[in-house]
This record gives sequence, structure tokens and C-alpha cells, in this order.
Amino acid sequence: MTRSTRRTRTRTLRVAGVGAAALLALSACSSSDSDSSSNSSPKSDTSASSSPKLSGTVTVFAAASLKESFTTLGKEFEKANPGTKVTFNFGGSDTLAASITGGAPADVFAAASPKTMAVVTDKKDAATTPATFVRNQLEIATLPGNPDKVASLKDLTKSGLKVVLCDKTVPCGAAAQKALDASKLKLTPASYEQDVKSALTKVELKEADAAVVYKTDVKAAGDKVEGVEFPESAKAINDYPIALLKDAPNAEAAKAFIALVQSAEGQKVLTAAGFLQP
Amino acid sequence: MTDPTLPPSKPSDKGLDAHLVVHRDTFRLDIALAAAPGDVVALLGPNGAGKSTALRALAGLTPLSDGGLIRLDGTDLGRTPPEARPVGVVFQDYLLFPHLSALDNVAFGPRCQGVPKAAARELAAQWLERMGLAEHAAAKPRRLSGGQAQRVALARALATHPRLLLLDEPLAALDARTRLDVRSQLRRHLSDFEAVAVLVTHDPLDAMVLADRLVVVEHGRVVQEGTPSDIARHPRTDYIAQLVGLNLYRGAAEGHTVRLDTGPAITTTEDLSGPVFVAFPPSAVTLYRDRPTGSSARNLWRCEVAGLETHGDQIRADLTGELALAADLTTVAAAELDLHTGAPVWATVKAAQTHAYPA
Amino acid sequence: MTELDASDAAADTLTGGPRRRRVRTGGRPAGVPLPLLLPALVGLAFLLLPLLALLLRAPWRDLPNQLTSTAVWQALQLSLVCATAATGVSLVLGVPLAWLLARTDFPGRGFVRALVTLPLVLPPVVGGVALLLALGRNGVVGQWLDSWFGITLPFTTAGVVVAEAFVAMPFLVISVEGTLRAADPRYEEAAATLGASRFTAFRRVTLPLIAPGIAAGAVLAWARALGEFGATITFAGNFPGRTQTMPLAVYLALQNDPAAAIALSLVLLAVSIAVLAGLRDRWTAAPS
Repeated sequence: MTRSTRRTRTRTLRVAGVGAAALLALSACSSSDSDSSSNSSPKSDTSASSSPKLSGTVTVFAAASLKESFTTLGKEFEKANPGTKVTFNFGGSDTLAASITGGAPADVFAAASPKTMAVVTDKKDAATTPATFVRNQLEIATLPGNPDKVASLKDLTKSGLKVVLCDKTVPCGAAAQKALDASKLKLTPASYEQDVKSALTKVELKEADAAVVYKTDVKAAGDKVEGVEFPESAKAINDYPIALLKDAPNAEAAKAFIALVQSAEGQKVLTAAGFLQP
Repeated sequence: MTDPTLPPSKPSDKGLDAHLVVHRDTFRLDIALAAAPGDVVALLGPNGAGKSTALRALAGLTPLSDGGLIRLDGTDLGRTPPEARPVGVVFQDYLLFPHLSALDNVAFGPRCQGVPKAAARELAAQWLERMGLAEHAAAKPRRLSGGQAQRVALARALATHPRLLLLDEPLAALDARTRLDVRSQLRRHLSDFEAVAVLVTHDPLDAMVLADRLVVVEHGRVVQEGTPSDIARHPRTDYIAQLVGLNLYRGAAEGHTVRLDTGPAITTTEDLSGPVFVAFPPSAVTLYRDRPTGSSARNLWRCEVAGLETHGDQIRADLTGELALAADLTTVAAAELDLHTGAPVWATVKAAQTHAYPA
Repeated sequence: MTELDASDAAADTLTGGPRRRRVRTGGRPAGVPLPLLLPALVGLAFLLLPLLALLLRAPWRDLPNQLTSTAVWQALQLSLVCATAATGVSLVLGVPLAWLLARTDFPGRGFVRALVTLPLVLPPVVGGVALLLALGRNGVVGQWLDSWFGITLPFTTAGVVVAEAFVAMPFLVISVEGTLRAADPRYEEAAATLGASRFTAFRRVTLPLIAPGIAAGAVLAWARALGEFGATITFAGNFPGRTQTMPLAVYLALQNDPAAAIALSLVLLAVSIAVLAGLRDRWTAAPS
């Protein structure tokens, strides 16, 4: 037991240097970004805190829409910091917030809306002030080839068209409602889905003709759906906040993971998935 | 598949003419059964002999194997499903439908035959009346006594006007007291019944009181059939001999002497030759502690007591030795003889009390 | 021979008269052995504790507001209607299926029975997806329903009933099959000798005899259907008044108003307890 711990520690020590080097390289890249003010401060934090060797498991509660990009980032983090392991709990932001305030052991919370993050901060369960790390814009997902010729949000109100929205209680639904209200449109969907993935699934299975989902979801679905951008989506852009949690069992590694998410490398992965930079 | 040893059954236009063949695993039932309308036939046999299977085959609940045949009033029923056979069954435990009243149980059959509800209930009420059960019409079966349930079951079976009535151990579920009453009532109802009735029983008394003719079945085959008195007097298997309470032996007769297959000889009054059966009742046996000298009995065997049991006010002694036999004696006699298991005794039977008949 | 012996044995067990009714032991735990009593009480506590916690933490002050909300009544009404309809569907299809499994012999019967229980182990959400693939607008069967009859099930109240029946019916089938196996098949034979066809025997004899088992199965199915969430929201979606049943409303309320969710759950609990208790009294009172 002791022997294996020692071995792990030496390995961590050796790799911590590599990790720090990688983070440095990442921060160098991100400095080319135009707005660096928000990024710079946590970055310096991480470089400072990266000197203690990172180990153990980082538990990240993240909005379902982050699944693909965070999984990629988690692997990168584990590669850069051998001895660490990142486990994810993806789900609806509200459910996640509820389990965090209910006492679920987590290090990091990445929510799909400030409102759901507020649930956690209101209960004083966050250790740091939440920082917006990406933004997500709505898009209309239609059947492949867009057979119904959907070109705008207004087209969704055509009769005979089966549209699914997210429920108003979840961020994508709230955003869609905001966009609809902003353009004074009244849309009666076939269903208010419980989360963005199930809304998308309905289109993927061709049960619905269109769904209002996030750009990132359309991208992740590949050629199973076709994305249609609409101008009103600019009025309902979702900020994704991330925060270290108060009772984080592994705060050091968690901070490093948050830093990776906010780094240029992290942002590259996230934008590739369709997210907008904050 | 027809067995040449079976008695040829004449196809007749009236009554039952059946050759019941049921083959399952190692068991084979193969019996011929014929009866005229008005006949009451009892299938008598030990447990596992195939009586119930025979009854189920007649009812259509167990399919006949190849070679089987059931003709009733000239109609072939061999492949007819049970619901289409003009057959009524009184099951051993009656199987009255527990959720229906006695009246509705009896009305069930007519209803299935298409009689309108009111008429069926009227019919059922008449049957219950005839059975002396009018005041129990509304009772659920669990409120009925064993005897009442038996009569409801009989009424239910008769209400469909069957051309063949089957009764499976009709009195087995009753206690000794009720049994006596129900037996005589059943006897009356059966003699009123104008079509064929077949009943299955392992109780010789039931069979003899209720039936005009007995068919004794052992190991799936008919071993003897005849009128009750004939069978009681001339048993042909150990099982029947035991049922009617006789010592039975098989041997070869030469004049008045029958040499038994097992060795000793028995002197009889009948003058016969060839294979015969010899029978005598246990009460015809006299036992002695010492070899009797003055006795005129020519049938004298040295035996040993193998077991004793009380039989009414008598003692029945099971003897082994030169001849295995059962002997009845009074309690006083048993005490005087100091009978106990393993005690040596001499047994005699007067020739006049034996009865020999061709095998 | 074997059958003969079996029927003889069955006859013997039945000579004691009709099956004994349940014996009520009116609250006398004195005769209950400790090794049974202890785990029984722990089990009871285990089942009731979460419900008790729900009661303790319930926002009683909010309750009147919740109860006067039309959305709640709408969801409750839809839940009751759909669960009852799903139970009806389960009865009409499930009882004959149970009969088939219990009373007939066909190759692969054991396998079919295993298949019937599959929806029990299938995660309900997967069940919902499976239903979409089968009966959806583009489903294996659903596309024909759509093009021939113009029927689409997803996003409709009928879809809710279908999803609930899919999840609930196995409970009924298993329960009824068990009762049928325990019931004496010779009553059906007796009916046959009285001229009843197999269907008449089933309808007039078997069905009344197994009524308690059917009722128990129906209650199980109804309760399961009432609480159904995963398959329903996946197959039928979530639209207030059309497909939003109570569990869906509870789930979505949980997203941003947990207090409301607890209040809604209490309403659902109260109604189901009232219905189940009401039915139970009726059945135990009715002589069968």
C-alpha cells in the first residue's frame, strides 16, 4: 500500500512538470485572444497552484450539452496529469444543481445557465465566483435536408409542423421562450421535452420535424439533423458558468481542470463543438 | 391394434360400445366396455389400475390412442371434444363451481346448450326439487354438506340429459354415516336413469350395491367382469378375492383333488379336471394348537401365524406355512389358542366349505 | 398413469371443501416469531421512511396554492385517466396472454414468458425509445399506422396510454398467470363436460375463479402506470393537458421549484392511496 502510494507520488511529481509546461504553453496561446482580461486571472492562479502535484479523482458535474467537449478535455487533463482521473456527471443543469445542494460530492459544476448556477451559489455551495467560460446559441434542428424548408423561427409556427421545445424549466427551453417572446411569436409545440438531448432525439428519430436546441447539439448530432440558424437566437444566448464547489474533495485538481477549460486549448475544444467564446 | 383376446363387442345402435385405449409412458390402458341403456356398470379396481383414465377417456378429457373407439347410441365419439359429447360427469370431489349457487351450478349445463337463462334456471330448480334440495338452491357450494354437494353434482350432470353418465368414486368423499344414505339415494337415481351409467370405484360394496354389472380392472386391463353375485362367488384374481374376503388359490383339478401351483392339495366337493380356482372364506378355517386327531377334515396344513388383526368382533389371522391363508376366529378362541406372531398352528377346512370352479 | 395419480392427489387436497379464505389475525404480534418480526418491521420502515420524509419536509403552506392550480388538476386528471386506460388495455390483452402462458403448451413457451417480463427489467426510457422505434411516426409498425390510418401515437394522450400499458402490463400478466397456475384446471374440465366451449369455460368459470388474482394484477398495473415516467416522457413527450402526467409535472417542477415538486408528489400519493384503499375494501368485502 505504502509502496504503491510512493510510486504514484514520484510519478505525479515527474509529470507535474509536464503538466505545468503544457498549461504554460496553453496560456501562451490564449494570450493571442482579444479579450484576455477574464482569462488571465484564473490562469495565473493555476500556474501558481500547479506546483503541488495533482492526483486523485476530479468529479465534474456538467450540463448535458458539454458532454462531448468535456469528455475530450477530461482525457487531455488525465494525460497531462497522470495519476488523476476525471469523472463526469452529465445531466440537466437543474438536476445537477439539485443534487449539489442536496450534498452530492462534486468538485466542479459547469452549468448551462446562470440561473441554475445561482441555485448553487444561493446555497453558498460554490467556493469561487462562477465564471462564464462559454456561451451557447440556439439553432433550429430540422430533419436532414430540411424537407419542410424551415428558414426562420417564424416558420416553426406553420401548422402541421411538429416542433419540440425544451421545457421552460430547463435552460434551452427558457432561451427558446425568450427568443420567441422577443420576436412576438406564439408557438405550440408537440412537446416540452425534459432536456435538450431528448428534444434532439425526437428529431433524430424523425418523430418531430424540428426542435429548437443548441448549436452544439446540432453539431454533435452530425448528419442526423440539419441546423438552421436564426437571427432571434442572438437575443437568447446562454452563458455557461463554471465554479469550484465549496465542499470539493479534490480542490487543487479541480482548480487545474477549471483552468484547462478556460485556457486557449480548452476554448479550442469547446468552440470546435459549436460553443461561442464568452 | 385390436386385441384378439378381448371379448368381441357387438356394435349396437343403443347404448355404449367402447374400446378404451390410452397409451402413456409405460402405462397402457386397454379395456373394452359395452352397456345397454339402463345399465349401471361399475369399473372396480385398485388405485392406479386405470379406472379414472378410462372415465376421462369416455368424457373426452383424455384423448384415445390409436385403436381406441367410443360409440354411443351408434355415434362415433372417439374424436369428439368433451363439450360436444352427450356425457355427464360427477367428479370425485364434485367440482361444483364455487362462485355459483347450487341452482346456477345445475343451470350451467342447460345454459351452455343454449337454453335461455330463465328456462335453464327453471329446469335447474326442478332438478334440485327432485333431489330434495329445493331449499338449498341459493346456497354456494361451500355451504352444502358432502351429501348435498354430491346430489347437486348429480343434478348438474343429469340436467344436460346425458346419454352416458359417468361417476368417479361418487361416495369416496363422504364420511361413513352419510355414505349409507347417499348410497341408497344414488342407487334410486341410477335405477331411474334411462341411459348408460358408468361408475368408477375401489370400494366393492359401492360397486355391488350401485351396479348391475362389474368390470374389474387391474394394470389397465379387464381381469374379470360379471354380475356382482357372480364376481363375489367366483373371484379370479387375488385382488377380487381380497375385496370379497375369500382365500383364493389356483391349481389343477383331478376329480375332487386340486393340486395347487404352489404345492399342497385341497380336497373339494366339485368334481372337475384341468385348471381351476379354489376359494373358501376365512371363517371356514379352524385352527388347532396341536395336530387334530379326531377331525374329519381332509384339508389339514401346518402353518405359522404371520400376523393378527381385529376384524369386527373377530380376529383375522394371517398364516404362512404349507398354505398361505387367512383365518377368522373369535377373540375367545384366539386367547385359548394363545395366538401370537410366530406361533405354530394347524389349519383345517372342510371340503364342503370350499368352492372350486374352472379357471 | 401419472396424470391419473396427479388428479387423484389433487382430488384429495380438494376434498376438504372450497379453498380456505384468508384468516385474519387481528393485530396479535405476540405469536409472530422474532426472526420474522424484526426484518418485517425494518422492511416496513425502509419502505415508509422516504414517504415520511416527504411528509415532514412538505411545504404545507404551499399546498393550498398547488391544489388550486388548474395545471395540477389537469395533470392529475390525465394521470388517472391514462393509468386507468392503460390498466384496461393491460386487462384486455394481458389476461388472455396469461391464460395462454398458463394453460397451453407450445414450443418456446418458457422463452415467451421471459420475453413478457422484459419490460420489467428494461429501463423505462429505453422502453420509450423502443416504442418510438416500433410505433413512432417512422417506426417499424408506426409508419404503416400513419400512412394507412393517419394514426400517430407520439405526443398524444393515446401515446401516454401505450407507454404506460407497455410498462405496466407485465405486472398483470405475471400476477394473473400465477393465479391461473394455482387455480384447479379441472373446473374447466367440469365445465367442458357440461357442454361449455373452452372460451365459455374461461369466461364463466375460470375468470370468476381467478378474479382476485386479476384484481391484484390490475392494481399493480394501475399503480405502476400511475407512477410511470421514463417511457411516457420519451414516447409521448410532455405537453400540459395532453401528455403531461403527474410524474412528468413533478419531475419538471423539481428542476426549479423542488417545494412544488414535493407538493405535487403528495397530491399524487394521496390520490393513489385513496383509490387503492377504496378498491381494497370493496374486494375484501365482496364474497367470491
